[in-house]
Amino acid sequence: MSDTALLTASASELHQMLKARAVSSEELTRLFLQQIEAHNGSLNAVLTVCADQAMADARAADRQFSNGEGTVLTGIPLLHKDIFCTRGIRTTCGSRMLENFVPAYDATVVAKLKAAGVVMLGKCNMDEFAMGSSNETSYFGPVKNPWDTRCVPGGSSGGSAAALAAGMATLVTGTDTGGSIRQPASLCGITGLKPTYGRVSRLGIIAFASSLDQAGPMARTAEDCAHMLAAMSGIDPGDSTSADLPAPDFSAALTGDIQGLRIGLPKQYFNDDLDPAVSEQISKALSHLEAAGAKLIEIDLPHSHYAIATYYVIAPAEASANLARYDGVRFGYRCENPADLEDLYLRSRSEGFGEEVQRRILVGTYALSAGFYDAYFNKAQQVRRIISEDFRQAFTAVDVIAGPSAPGVAFQFGAKQKDPVSMYMEDIYTLAVNLAGLPGLSTPAGLVNGMPVGLQLIGKAFDEGTILNAAHRLQLDTDWHRATPDMGGRAA
Amino acid sequence: MPVSQDDVEKVALLARLTISESSLNEVTERFGRVLDLVNELNSINTDSIVPMSNPHDMTQRLRPDTITREDQREALMASAPAQEQGYFLVPKVID
Repeated sequence: MSDTALLTASASELHQMLKARAVSSEELTRLFLQQIEAHNGSLNAVLTVCADQAMADARAADRQFSNGEGTVLTGIPLLHKDIFCTRGIRTTCGSRMLENFVPAYDATVVAKLKAAGVVMLGKCNMDEFAMGSSNETSYFGPVKNPWDTRCVPGGSSGGSAAALAAGMATLVTGTDTGGSIRQPASLCGITGLKPTYGRVSRLGIIAFASSLDQAGPMARTAEDCAHMLAAMSGIDPGDSTSADLPAPDFSAALTGDIQGLRIGLPKQYFNDDLDPAVSEQISKALSHLEAAGAKLIEIDLPHSHYAIATYYVIAPAEASANLARYDGVRFGYRCENPADLEDLYLRSRSEGFGEEVQRRILVGTYALSAGFYDAYFNKAQQVRRIISEDFRQAFTAVDVIAGPSAPGVAFQFGAKQKDPVSMYMEDIYTLAVNLAGLPGLSTPAGLVNGMPVGLQLIGKAFDEGTILNAAHRLQLDTDWHRATPDMGGRAA
Repeated sequence: MPVSQDDVEKVALLARLTISESSLNEVTERFGRVLDLVNELNSINTDSIVPMSNPHDMTQRLRPDTITREDQREALMASAPAQEQGYFLVPKVID
């Protein structure tokens, strides 16, 4: 197999080669580290590389295979979003506030994937504190989209999505509070899954909005996502919101059989906000699913329009509370020569946080402040229930809900920076899924003007298997998930 | 009700943030746009709707109050920007 083929192979394919000793994890790890070295200067997708540890972990994986051991993720190169705490390895969350923060423990997701045998190559760039849809809010500079470096990769897991598309890793992790896995997966042409709220432990994930945050897998195929999710899931005594359910073998759901599957198409997701060329690709993808036996049914999610307003009260309110911990005292950035304690707080926070993070703290503080709590926060939580009820109703008649992951393809840098609300509109099709706590994924649905489009599939709570199987069916019938950006004649 | 520069400065102080004189105009204008967006919620009737704070309406799980982790005091203190004799160091607060 050529280097390019190895760099763009799925984890399942690499596993077969590792098991057959046709390639070693050490060879793979060296190859991916070279790919990062060659392309990160132009893409800025990776913030920290852990080459020595990765090579040591790869050799350990190879020893397992030579002993006849090793499971599906053993020895597979992976990058983590820099929101996951990694013991002894700098974890920045894309912020000046945490530029030099070195956690004392691993996030549960990191520990679980480590136990499953992955080789961690390093940590990926992201929007600051996961607040953004373009990766332009990172303190460490924007990530470029490998399909066209004049365009954004999406966000907030944009570094993860760009790195995967550019062949810098076989698997990457992301987090999704309002679309931060699905929208960048769509814009970079990969598969990304936001699990049901509670499926994956949040312990050690730097908090943004605690009732919405979920970590999930991003990979080249639905099958790889299923393997990753199985490794990441499960109850965690360290996260009291993690669901008390066994972590199933999600790959067992990938039968490819979707005969009779009822797919709901919300008329609100095919409105004027959607780029007509993207809409056409989504229709093609749906036709494939229909040809495979699925039934397409128009449905109504009457309060979809309110998801964005609801989200932009609840998420900033929770963020303002979570980010109160950054006080310049216990960890994180501290200003120079504070005059007194008040000055220490004010300047450490104003100098340590970027513009978008400060805006959301302001909005959240306002929504929670005396006299406004009922009008904003309580009201938004009531509308959240109405939106969630829309989904519950819809799922009495369908098994899966489908639509676009984002209203368009990747846009150019700066295009949406002047008006925060225009940036928030990037997530109009994804936010409601977080409000309702449902699982959602984005799977490639072809290209428009050479840029990737993503189909979003939304499932019932704790029914990731059904949407993964539908995406798997699409990936058996099309080559869309196989498309990779031209890396300028070099490797991938 | 449009938001004023005064309102924004008051909220900023509550959030322990400072806004420079030069950026106050722009911050207020962009803050106002976000408020205009969220004010759309006023057009929906929510009488008798119970607020939803957790997507699955989960209840808090309790556990026995026992020690589950080893003492990590030194490792955690290592992240402090300033410390002395094992305590966090802050500017003088009492004269």
